[in-house]
Amino acid sequence: MACFLVPAAEAVITTIAAKAIESKEKNPETAEVPFNGTGLETVEKIPFSQKLGWLNKLLWGGCALLAFEHVWHGEIVPYFPFLTGAMNPADAAGMLHEMSTVGVTMSVLVTIVWLGMLAVSSSMEKRVLKTQPAELRRNKG
Amino acid sequence: MTLLTTVFAAIICTIIWYKTAPKSDMEIGILCWIYWGASLMWLADAIFEYAKIQAEYFTPAPADMLNDLYLGLSVVAFGMIIWLVILLVKDPKGVVKAALFKKKN
Repeated sequence: MACFLVPAAEAVITTIAAKAIESKEKNPETAEVPFNGTGLETVEKIPFSQKLGWLNKLLWGGCALLAFEHVWHGEIVPYFPFLTGAMNPADAAGMLHEMSTVGVTMSVLVTIVWLGMLAVSSSMEKRVLKTQPAELRRNKG
Repeated sequence: MTLLTTVFAAIICTIIWYKTAPKSDMEIGILCWIYWGASLMWLADAIFEYAKIQAEYFTPAPADMLNDLYLGLSVVAFGMIIWLVILLVKDPKGVVKAALFKKKN
């Protein structure tokens, strides 16, 4: 009915948070890593605002397509209150129930996947930064 | 069927993104985010649907399946339109700019 409104609300919050974090971020950490076997290249550690951007893109992208699906099923209409579920109290209860179950699960699932991506990327970054001195030594030697 | 269509679109876009990375000017990554985001959300929806109707979820009526496929393909097309608009606005290759403005010699 309007389950996508929950991830949409999360997307609004994370977009604002990403902008706020981006403005406060200093110069990103850099490292020299071997790239495609063509010697060392200087790379920047991905700032957190950019990582938060991944979540934003997942949420906004998903919400856009889900909104389209809701239009397809006639659940979003071009007149007030724009959601057929919000037209009378009985339907509104159903809509709120769906938002609190399916909508919240959608948000949680997307966030869990994003947290998984964060864990993988930070472990890769740590591995690169850990091996950096050894690589540099090998290059100099 | 809508979930399946979107997942396939997401997989294909991710393969294309990986093949053309890191020097891709086509912003394929945007399509990946859009389709993966929608796939995850429809997966959550599917979990609830499965909890409600159990095994019946996997044996939809042919008419429902066809309608869902139609919706899935429309959703994929809608995602591509969003990507196309972002691509033309960002214009990473400068093609739109070159078409709109002629250089004065």
